[in-house]
Amino acid sequence: MNSVYQRRRIINRMVMTLCVAAAAFGILWLLMILGTLMFKGAAALSPDVFLERTKMSGGGLGNAILGSLIMTALATVVGTVIGVAAGTWLAEYGTKSRLASTVRFINDVLLSAPSIIIGLFVYAVMVLPMGHFSGWAGVAALAVIIIPVVIRATEDMLKLVPNTLREAASALGAHRWWVVTKVCYGGARAGIITGILLGCARVSGETAPLLFTSLNSNQWNFFDMDSEMPNLPMTLYQNMTINSFIPRQVELAWAGALILTAAVLALNIIARIISSRRSKG
Amino acid sequence: MNFSREGSMSARINESTLQATTSPVNSVAAAKLKVEELNFYYGNFQALKNITMEVPANQVTAFIGPSGCGKSTMLRCFNRIHDLYPGLRTEGQILLDGQDINDRKIDINLLRSRIGMVFQKPTPFPMSVFDNIAFGVKLYERLSARDMEERVEWALKKAALWEEVKDKLKQSGQALSGGQQQRLCIARTIAVKPEVILLDEPTSALDPISTGYIEDLVNELKADYTIVIVTHNMQQAARVSDVTAFMYLGELIECDETTRIFTQPAHKRTEDYITGRYG
Repeated sequence: MNSVYQRRRIINRMVMTLCVAAAAFGILWLLMILGTLMFKGAAALSPDVFLERTKMSGGGLGNAILGSLIMTALATVVGTVIGVAAGTWLAEYGTKSRLASTVRFINDVLLSAPSIIIGLFVYAVMVLPMGHFSGWAGVAALAVIIIPVVIRATEDMLKLVPNTLREAASALGAHRWWVVTKVCYGGARAGIITGILLGCARVSGETAPLLFTSLNSNQWNFFDMDSEMPNLPMTLYQNMTINSFIPRQVELAWAGALILTAAVLALNIIARIISSRRSKG
Repeated sequence: MNFSREGSMSARINESTLQATTSPVNSVAAAKLKVEELNFYYGNFQALKNITMEVPANQVTAFIGPSGCGKSTMLRCFNRIHDLYPGLRTEGQILLDGQDINDRKIDINLLRSRIGMVFQKPTPFPMSVFDNIAFGVKLYERLSARDMEERVEWALKKAALWEEVKDKLKQSGQALSGGQQQRLCIARTIAVKPEVILLDEPTSALDPISTGYIEDLVNELKADYTIVIVTHNMQQAARVSDVTAFMYLGELIECDETTRIFTQPAHKRTEDYITGRYG
């Protein structure tokens, strides 16, 4: 065997080893996080965690879970309506206009904006004028985070629909909006739903934007959107920091972390299943 | 405005009865489409130069010519599909039963429901076989579920696809084979009951057997429809068409009965092309 080939083989093996090591290193941390969560969180799980409200000492996380569900669901609805509409406009109507490229640029900026700044913004435009923290403000902050994700997903997926399909539908005498809603959405549906779910997963764990907007509460709040809204991420933070001298609160925080992670994981898995079905379809 | 579908339907029936009294292939067939001094521009590039010709009713008219000669561009003028894109410009007239389709007052969607089109690559919509056919019908007619089923079956039979898909009407149209997809697209076009069918190289993506099916189909369909076909394949033009138009660099060189074009063309360029000297 000649030396050039031999050298190449050795380098190949070295680089391969490094790649595998790097991948293993990354996954190791993930497994450790999941392991710790399982170990500490599962131990604290009990029906009370879901049924009791948060208290100074003891209690559960029921109100925080409910509040998070309400705010995330409403933010997802708002974000979906605005995001899909804007994404459709970008892909089908605005396309190359100056307004469209401006919107696209701003959307990209928004996509990577730190969430605490979005919280601060909503604090300035909603909480200060209203004079108090509220569920609505929390929903607004979360929606602002979801919207750019959905806009991006909608535009990208609609652009993947081949133009020949639009031509074929137009050639049958279909109006523009009919072409978009019946044909283009049909082709892009799975991708758009995936985008919405990923956006939803992202905001369900957001803490910073809620800090200035919905704040937190240890009371049950059934859709009283005008007052402070309990939520899981902030409860988790408070239990781990200012309440960390009470052992039960720390346990509850671990349980909350496990629930939150499980929810995000579930959303990601559903999104993956949907998008893999699309590629087979 | 006399541009309703009902009016055009009765006009078609009159024409086809008229047609029956004359011989099927002849040069005196009534013109369904008349092109008059048509120029077409992609931005600054002139793709069609001063084209004047007639498309006879209930016959097959083929456009042939080398790549980039403008034959697809010409076809796409007939249903104004060019309107989907900005920066394209048409001058001159195309008369459908004597009415200029380039008139801005024409409802373009109604026009397209009268002039159907099948594309080079099969374009089944991301929905079931049944819904693919029903899509176009629903745009202009409100049929009961039973009538819609009948219409779908009729269109699929007409496109010689019924036997192959009658048990998979609920399956995705995109799961069919390439040849079946193309016949699905033809069925979808027929289901709307247009008067003219435009075929843009409909067999260039298909295997020889599927191509044979579609050529047979074109032969059958001309009894009811006026057909315009663009093809890369001269043998295909010779096999399926009654009239052939030869285009070169955006100009219409010659348009005549197919038998004449292929046996004694009037122009040297046409002869060079059909004898394979370039193209």
